[in-house]
Amino acid sequence: MLRGGGSKDAIGAPSPDATRIDMRGFTGVVDYDPPELVLTVRAGTPLVDVQALVAGEGQMLAFDPFDHAALLGGTPGQATIGGVIAAGVSGPSRLSRGAARDHLLGFEGVSGRSERFIAGAKVVKNVTGYDLPKLVTGSWGRLVAMTELTLKVLPAPREQRTLVLRGLDPAAAVVALARALGSAAEVSAAAHLPNWNGDALTAIRLDGFPSSIDARAETLVRLLGGLDTLDGPDGAALWEAVRHASPLPSDKPLWRIIVPAKEAATVVRTLGDADWLFDWAGGLIWLASATDSQAIRAAASKVGGHATLIRADAAMRATVPTLHPQAAPLAALETRVRRAFDPNGVFETGRFGGHS
Amino acid sequence: MSLLMPKPDEETLARRGEIVAAMRAIVPGEGVIDDVDGLRPYETDALTAYRQLPMVVALPETTAQVAAILAWCHANKVKVVPRGAGTSLSGGALPLADGVLLGMARFNRVLDIDYVDRIAVVQPGVTNLAITRAVEDEGFYYAPDPSSQIACTIGGNVAENSGGVHCLKYGLTTNNVLGVELVTIEGEIIRLGGRGLEPAGLDLLGLIVGSEGLLGVVTEVIVRLLPRPETARALLIGFPSVEGAGKCVADVIAAGIIPAGMEMMDRPAVHAAEAFVQVGYPLDVEALLIVELDGPAAECNHLLGEVEAIARANGAISVRTSRDDSERLAFWAGRKAAFPAAGRLAPDYLCMDGTIPRRRLPDVLARMRELSDHHGLGVINVFHAGDGNLHPLILYDANQPGQLDEAEAFGADILKLCVEVGGVLTGEHGVGVEKRDLMPEMFSKVDLAHQQRVKCAFDPELLLNPGKMFPELHRCAELGRMHVHKGQVPFPDLPRF
Repeated sequence: MLRGGGSKDAIGAPSPDATRIDMRGFTGVVDYDPPELVLTVRAGTPLVDVQALVAGEGQMLAFDPFDHAALLGGTPGQATIGGVIAAGVSGPSRLSRGAARDHLLGFEGVSGRSERFIAGAKVVKNVTGYDLPKLVTGSWGRLVAMTELTLKVLPAPREQRTLVLRGLDPAAAVVALARALGSAAEVSAAAHLPNWNGDALTAIRLDGFPSSIDARAETLVRLLGGLDTLDGPDGAALWEAVRHASPLPSDKPLWRIIVPAKEAATVVRTLGDADWLFDWAGGLIWLASATDSQAIRAAASKVGGHATLIRADAAMRATVPTLHPQAAPLAALETRVRRAFDPNGVFETGRFGGHS
Repeated sequence: MSLLMPKPDEETLARRGEIVAAMRAIVPGEGVIDDVDGLRPYETDALTAYRQLPMVVALPETTAQVAAILAWCHANKVKVVPRGAGTSLSGGALPLADGVLLGMARFNRVLDIDYVDRIAVVQPGVTNLAITRAVEDEGFYYAPDPSSQIACTIGGNVAENSGGVHCLKYGLTTNNVLGVELVTIEGEIIRLGGRGLEPAGLDLLGLIVGSEGLLGVVTEVIVRLLPRPETARALLIGFPSVEGAGKCVADVIAAGIIPAGMEMMDRPAVHAAEAFVQVGYPLDVEALLIVELDGPAAECNHLLGEVEAIARANGAISVRTSRDDSERLAFWAGRKAAFPAAGRLAPDYLCMDGTIPRRRLPDVLARMRELSDHHGLGVINVFHAGDGNLHPLILYDANQPGQLDEAEAFGADILKLCVEVGGVLTGEHGVGVEKRDLMPEMFSKVDLAHQQRVKCAFDPELLLNPGKMFPELHRCAELGRMHVHKGQVPFPDLPRF
């Protein structure tokens, strides 16, 4: 089993017998030329170091990655960039700027065949050969031990402003967020928290140049009526809470449910007694619930979505698959693709289901 | 041709009548073409230097027909080449003499538009521009805009991961597609991704986009729609040196500005374009930059000032700002006419498509001029400057003996140069047959084997679009072998199960 900083050790079925390969020996920046918008870094480099490096040049990892320590317990600051990519971790800004998979340009790694190889490239625009960087992002270390990553970086916005509506029910919140996203306001992030300090809060973030944000905020007011602006620190705290699902109780299993945004309110209504919040305008539901896992997965499947089990006790993780089960033909195809990189199953530890 | 593509299988050629009959049994009416006159329009795509009549053309209308065709071809070991509108610049849709050409043009319906979730569900034969046309009245558009967008299909865009002039800000096809319905070579119909923002499981969707028709046939595509930006303005900036223009591009990005489009033309391209469309391009410049900004008017106005200041600091000798949309479109008209303008300079041209780290641009253009002298052929350069994607147009005359070969050799030298400076063989046109044999410039045998095994996971008999992308056809069984040296498997202490 490949391991970076261990921030996501508590995801997946326990697999105590697996041999851990610690990837933190691969650290450091290989190349970073900010105007090229390209960063090449070794996979075991801590995420916080990568974020500090690019922030120092006024840039960012636009897919908004985050450390799972806040979600799962553990020491903050240990998460590695390789772990973030392997788990496909994308935060609230994913809504407008793309996911982790959209920002991995290339990699070097060692496949399950014990062969070192490269894929993708070190420029922002490339279609030479299969897009294996997409495939390895979110593959949970089951294809390749990535040793070096080339990421697209982007300029950080000069300003961020958070505007909120209060008191909306989930269905009205999803409608309001969809209207905002369908406007010329260029919304960067959109969330709904049914209980944020006692209020139902529907939040919209605008990023960019101050004069542009002013104009876009006016667009939103014309569209949605009165909006409050949160102070900078309050806005930042809100998005930090959404990113880590921190308003949700930590004593129930936590699910990450991807659905078409307009179905979000229906899904939480179906699931009844649960704590939840919406990110990605409803396209991502963080749900804390003791409800039967099959009911949760059925509710997601019914609207064309899927549910990943993010936090649960070891007993539950041992029996409930972490990843949403796939239809049989697709599962068979996935297995063949995994075998293409790992014919002998050296990366199959049972953490994510069968060795088929 | 015989050297270029896999040798046709005599046995398959001998079974042509049976294969045509099988296709007719699946696709009724005029959906199967087997006469030479009818096959002729399919013998090439936009890489017209290569031509081959297909054995038969099938034009299915339903996913069930596609599945039946692929299942039959799989069972009967017949090769299949998928085709959209045939606008590929890399020969991605070049037919095979012993293969079925699977034309997807009849899949031409927009199935659903959802303005709440901002997606469109379309069939693969819908043209790129038709998606925007279907939603523009509601203020939306589909962002990737390859220059062939009036003709090219979304299915072809998915196969090639097509780009366009706006992809620095808005991404390539892969960043704007949420899901596909795919038919495998066995005839199995599967769905990858969907209407949500993230596919479940392995990102096979990301793998399919840009796979050049080698992994499956797409029968439905779900794309993201974007609200049309409030305004768009453009600057036309002339520089006395390529270095100054290149530095300006880097400084704009370093200032935190990602323009909607940032295009560069070299002196010969500027002159050719101006002679063709007379839009008032300055002729006394070594490099011309078009910078387009979009968004709220307040943002555009602010950024126009910033970009102009950066341009002047880098020695710009002329700066014009579009006052209205017609002037903005006039700025673009010259750039968009670059290809036909090249067609007036020479009877034929080859359009290349490498990407380089932008900082290497002056050096690469200088080396390209040397190569131009060496090969005795002219070249003009248009360049997606924001993302480093070069489009050198090599001028030649196919009627002059040896010139096509010389142009291809020149093109190969340019692409090798791109790789040498840290770039890639293709930024948006795809590998196809055109760059297939250059793949070893960028990838080792081990790198390529890892890609080819993905092909084997989808299509172990290598029936889908063989002869494209990979320089050598390896049997999958051969690729599947572990390398065993002196009886030792690598890492013999690892458990194998």
